[in-house]
Amino acid sequence: MFRYLTPLFVIGILIVVFSIGLLRDPSELPSTFIDRAAPTFDLPRLKDPANRVGSTDYSGKAVLVNVWATWCVGCREEHPFLMDLAESGEIPIYGINWRDRRPDALRWLDRYGDPYVASGFDEDGRVAVDWGVYGAPETFLISEDGIVLHKHLGPLTEAIWLEDFVPLLGGSS
Amino acid sequence: MIRAGLPGLLLGLLLVAAPAAAIDSGKAFEDPELQARYENIIAQVRCLKCQNQSIKDSNVFLASDLRREIRRLLGEGKTDQEVFDFLVERYGEFALYSPRKSGATLVLWLTPFILLVAGSFVGYSVIRKRMSMSLEDDALTE
Repeated sequence: MFRYLTPLFVIGILIVVFSIGLLRDPSELPSTFIDRAAPTFDLPRLKDPANRVGSTDYSGKAVLVNVWATWCVGCREEHPFLMDLAESGEIPIYGINWRDRRPDALRWLDRYGDPYVASGFDEDGRVAVDWGVYGAPETFLISEDGIVLHKHLGPLTEAIWLEDFVPLLGGSS
Repeated sequence: MIRAGLPGLLLGLLLVAAPAAAIDSGKAFEDPELQARYENIIAQVRCLKCQNQSIKDSNVFLASDLRREIRRLLGEGKTDQEVFDFLVERYGEFALYSPRKSGATLVLWLTPFILLVAGSFVGYSVIRKRMSMSLEDDALTE
């Protein structure tokens, strides 16, 4: 009896291990910053290059930090939802405009609307490296204590917002 | 002869130059030792945007941004370990092709050896059993 069950048992374990491995999307990495202090940034403003925008602007407030670019298809996809979210006043959204051209980015905001309190202009991608960004759009939820509660990779939708972000917000505020 | 050779030579030079120009062509450091460390590090860092390439082989801008940060850190006199820590802190262990031999990734390093030992133990006991059974089996087949 034991003789026949052992291989079955081993195969069962392997099936479980491989299914977990195969069902995971290898391009989606968890942020290393979850539950740790959020990285900081200090960048020239996209709309007003003479002034700066940075993490000190939102200290003590729960905010979203959204990494976007005009070359990013997913950003276009999530834009209407970001506009809705900004309009609802639920949470301030700060943008990091990553590796973009300023005229393109300004035209984008002009055309589709600007959901951001302000966007920093990360022309050379240095801030993006500090934030561990490897694909736009990426959206970080930062608590009022400056802790990263969640990071979403890919376009944000209302369903994802309600499921992954709102419960975390309830707990912290 | 010369007339035929020149365009060919130019074409040849172009073909040689093109791939080199695609990625970092120039030397990052004057110091050959620093340059060697730099090349060694970038060959071990995964390009997260193009996951089966190292940032040494990739020309997407994220890879070039990471190379630039690594050059900056090395230029500031950071050790290789500090550079790897910088990357792991931001992108996680996954960014390194050769995971560090500590913490959770230690399992990755030890599993093959554990499996090897377990496998040889199983193999040994199976062979021993078969050897003691061989006479019985012969008797049965006859």
